[in-house]
Amino acid sequence: MWESVKEFASEFFVTGDPLIYGADVSIVLSMIAIVSVLTYFKKWGWLWREWLTTVDHKKIGIMYILASVLMLFRGGVDALLMRAQLVMPEMQFLSGDHYNQIFTTHGVIMILFMAMPLMFGLFNVIVPLQLGARDVAFPFLNSLSFWLFFSGAMLFNLSFVIGGSPDAGWLAYPPYSELAFNPGPGQDFYIWGIQISGIGSLMTGINFIVTILKVRAPGMTLMKMPMFSWSVLSSCIAIVFAFPILTVTLALLFIDRYLGGHFFTLDGGGNPMMYINLIWMWGHPEVYIIVLPAFGIFSEIVATFSRKKLFGYKSMVFAMIIISVLSFLVWAHHFFTMGSGADVNAFFAVTTMLIAIPTGVKVFNWLFTMFRGKITFETPMLWTVGIIPNFVIGGMTGVLLSVAPADFQYHNSYFLVAHFHQVIIAGVVFGFFAGLYYWWPKIFGFKLNERIGRWAFWLWNIGFYLCFMPQYALGLMGMTRRLYSYGWDKGWFEMNLVSTIGAVIMGAAFLVQIWDIAHSLKHMKKDTTGDPWDARTLEWSIPSPAPFYNFAVMPQVTSQDDWHERKLRIEQGLEKPEKVELEPIHMPKNSGIPIVMSMFWFFVGFGLIFDWLWMAVPGFIGVIACMVVHSFNYDTDYYVTVEEIKRTEAAAGRVIT
Amino acid sequence: MKTSKTVRCMSFLFMFILLFLTTGCADNYIVLDPKGPIGEQQKDLMILSTLLTLIVIVPVLILTFVIVWRYRDREGRKAKYTPNWEHSTKLEIIWWGIPIIIITLIGIVTVRYTYFLEPSKPLESEKKPITIQVTNLDWKWLFQYPEQGIATVNYVQFPEDVPVRFEVTSDAPMNSFWIPQLGGQIYAMSGMSMTLYLQADEQGEYMGSGANFTGKEFAKMFFTANATSQEDFDQWVNQVKNTSPELTLDGYKELTKQGTSDVRHFSAFPEGLYEMTVTKYAASHNHGLSTRVQPPARVKE
Amino acid sequence: MANVNAGHHDHHPDQEELRTFAFWIYLMTDVILFATLFATYIVLQGSTDGGPGPKDLFQMSGIYASTFILLTSSFTSGLAILAMNKGNRLALMNWLGVTVFLGASFLFLEINEFMHLVSEGATISTSAFWTAFYTLVGTHGLHVALGLGWMIILIMQIAKRGITPVTKRKVNIISLFWHFLDVVWIFVFTIVYVMGVN
Repeated sequence: MWESVKEFASEFFVTGDPLIYGADVSIVLSMIAIVSVLTYFKKWGWLWREWLTTVDHKKIGIMYILASVLMLFRGGVDALLMRAQLVMPEMQFLSGDHYNQIFTTHGVIMILFMAMPLMFGLFNVIVPLQLGARDVAFPFLNSLSFWLFFSGAMLFNLSFVIGGSPDAGWLAYPPYSELAFNPGPGQDFYIWGIQISGIGSLMTGINFIVTILKVRAPGMTLMKMPMFSWSVLSSCIAIVFAFPILTVTLALLFIDRYLGGHFFTLDGGGNPMMYINLIWMWGHPEVYIIVLPAFGIFSEIVATFSRKKLFGYKSMVFAMIIISVLSFLVWAHHFFTMGSGADVNAFFAVTTMLIAIPTGVKVFNWLFTMFRGKITFETPMLWTVGIIPNFVIGGMTGVLLSVAPADFQYHNSYFLVAHFHQVIIAGVVFGFFAGLYYWWPKIFGFKLNERIGRWAFWLWNIGFYLCFMPQYALGLMGMTRRLYSYGWDKGWFEMNLVSTIGAVIMGAAFLVQIWDIAHSLKHMKKDTTGDPWDARTLEWSIPSPAPFYNFAVMPQVTSQDDWHERKLRIEQGLEKPEKVELEPIHMPKNSGIPIVMSMFWFFVGFGLIFDWLWMAVPGFIGVIACMVVHSFNYDTDYYVTVEEIKRTEAAAGRVIT
Repeated sequence: MKTSKTVRCMSFLFMFILLFLTTGCADNYIVLDPKGPIGEQQKDLMILSTLLTLIVIVPVLILTFVIVWRYRDREGRKAKYTPNWEHSTKLEIIWWGIPIIIITLIGIVTVRYTYFLEPSKPLESEKKPITIQVTNLDWKWLFQYPEQGIATVNYVQFPEDVPVRFEVTSDAPMNSFWIPQLGGQIYAMSGMSMTLYLQADEQGEYMGSGANFTGKEFAKMFFTANATSQEDFDQWVNQVKNTSPELTLDGYKELTKQGTSDVRHFSAFPEGLYEMTVTKYAASHNHGLSTRVQPPARVKE
Repeated sequence: MANVNAGHHDHHPDQEELRTFAFWIYLMTDVILFATLFATYIVLQGSTDGGPGPKDLFQMSGIYASTFILLTSSFTSGLAILAMNKGNRLALMNWLGVTVFLGASFLFLEINEFMHLVSEGATISTSAFWTAFYTLVGTHGLHVALGLGWMIILIMQIAKRGITPVTKRKVNIISLFWHFLDVVWIFVFTIVYVMGVN
């Protein structure tokens, strides 16, 4: 009996690596710490009522952001481990197997469990506020989206200590990801982790399309909508078209692995190339899904800190829509070297280059928003200004890669690695950072320390250039990606060393940011104005942090930068604060179903990964039961009374007569 | 002052980058130091496209710097401030127009080169091309010389100035066959035989690698591509024929097992081994470029 | 705080209209899902790996029957909507019941067909063709099964609450879903079965 328990445990848990034992211990310790703190302070009820069951878009947004910062930490540690292994030739720090797992989890976590939730976090907190809405269109669904993402992310991360991590790269190309070459549960963790959170992303996409198209404040026509909301709309449209393809692709891979199917296997007539096509039909739009909102953030920030109207609004909107359409027509540029023939390659090369045009236009529009403005350099603007040269260079190398015949030399090399990190870090991550610094006071009610923030900015940027510029060079030296080791004879040592130094600086920059948050929490300077940057859009017209019903009175929108215009009118005495009639506000009720249902999904995933039907089947029944219970529940909303609104507004320093 | 500090830091940053891009010996940049016609043209194309993109990129970078510098908010500033200026058809036409022109240029160049540098297109040469069949195994490369009747592992030799017709397949997860100094890579896929023409104009030993991740010891898939004179090549073939063991079917099966390998030579290989490897998986693929080897009957292992 | 079901006296948009709109977007994602499955099926159509193909095993008589049944069920779900719009609760429930019955018969025939195929030696792991076949047709079947469960739940809700704006929207959505599955089946029927045996 004992023997079989031991045997099971040694297969079930990942063993034999001090790193992983360390992780085991720290996970158990932090779990114990969290549980005891919550119990000691009797906070379980609070946690359940205020957070776990909340349908408030702002709280859900904060949870997304928290989770993504955690994941940024995990993915960042992965990155540092990789850079440590590559710091010099013939390093013995990580084995090949271990290295392969780490670059796989690094990629998956950074794209799907860091960038996506950080983006969704900003969507959630900001979009309804910008639109002058009380919440998203479907608050319950929104909460379900978050918890599905969270279950998926936890499931994926669990593979580190249980069963073993996936090791087939972030897109898991078959046949290597098939059972024949990859028998362990790691690949199934990959499938279910992404599948469960992917369903959540799809629902978020639908939710925000409906919110943006249907739940805007009166008077806000589409062409008066803030640019960030436009970017969210174009991103969500891409989500709705791309994510079903991901769902299918992962399902097919799972059918191959679990039911012995032959979609992508080498034998039985399978076609691995089909997977590569399918996964990039999702994968390429995916990178535009995450970068479009960053474009929106830049647009907001540039206008605010140049104290000037956004230049070329219409052409910005147009450019974003073109980008989101074109992003579906370029997928084959990820495998020019697969021998699809000159016709196919030429077509995809040209469509890829076309994307550079609207992207370039956006850069010009940002520049000319600053032109004849009054630019100040608070942290959000500092990030935005820093991003422009960075993103321009990343875009340029993108065009170089799209030159199909030349791509035969760049493909799979560190040149490519440097390119996509430049657009994803400098475009997406820095963009979201800019957004976080910008909206931080609105989300949390206090500003971050500017001085520490500047330190973080410079460290991130210097670290970034040091880390990735040498990687372009390494690519031209013929260094291919995903190598866990290389020889002294290759001449790659110096550049790798510099690159690792850069990575360490970025790691330090992350710590500085955490310190910034801790410092600002301690010396908290409450934002009493609700509008600390003297900004232009509706979210700044209400107190910080926003009351749970957002707007005590529905704003009546008349122009593009409505809040800015209103401030001007008040300043010139053209508009006097009117006496307002408060009305009871219609709000959704909290619900425990999303978190419970997501837990059941977790069991479904976990059960199928280990082929434990005794766990998967009840899990699935639980999922169905949750749906049924929700369907029978007609008591989902309530009205906030006028007295409560008055009380809440008064507590935020706004007296309503 | 705040802003001047910003600028100082910025300029330091760029100096850093320049410094690091110029250090390291120039001859390490093997992609930019091609030794064959394909690599040469790809290099030209890389440089041409870089220059074309720089036409936009450099002014944008300068413009960014100038605008940020000139319109920063400070006391006693003389630069104009127009808070409501938000549209100019003329300007917008310019920056829709310029990228369109540049991209059209790059597009035209790209399309022409795409057809011109199509990897399966034979190279123009008076000499008859030599065929080398490449098989990707876990984690080693097998080279077969159907004309000479020899085979090697992780080492390939061919005469200079003679077009080499590489036929590439895989008996393992997908890899990519790449000799940077001779020219771009091609995927090695099961059930398909991809054709890649390369040629070395100079004698020398060139690094070759597997560029697409295939698992645990993927990092050990480097090989040497040695371009020698025709005489040396003939001599080498004779030497391999006379001194090396034969590759048997069992020996091949042994090779396909997962593991790394040193350089090995074989004086002979089983007849039709390469074709067998390809047809083993080629049940149904329908693929533009692969030279389909029609199976006489399905070979099942 | 007071509980309210209907009665909108603020600027909150009509929740039922939003839901219907969202369902249309969901249907679009389902279209993409099926399009992807059809694409993989078409790519793998010839990949029988030397094993049996569609011509060898498809029995068209059963397929004609199930096609007829599903089309009829689409019609009866339309009748349910008509009954609902007339405010006839009993007829609505009856027509939904008939739709459920027809849908269940369709599923029964499909499961029968699958069992027959398996007994002939064509399982999901026989070849890429059969993997693609079972996945595509099975996914449609799964949708039908889901729709059935949903309809049963709805009948219970109508029995309990009658025809309200909420139940009305729910019936409209399920009938939309049902018509959609019908359209998908027409593609399955044409591309998989008719083109398979010809």
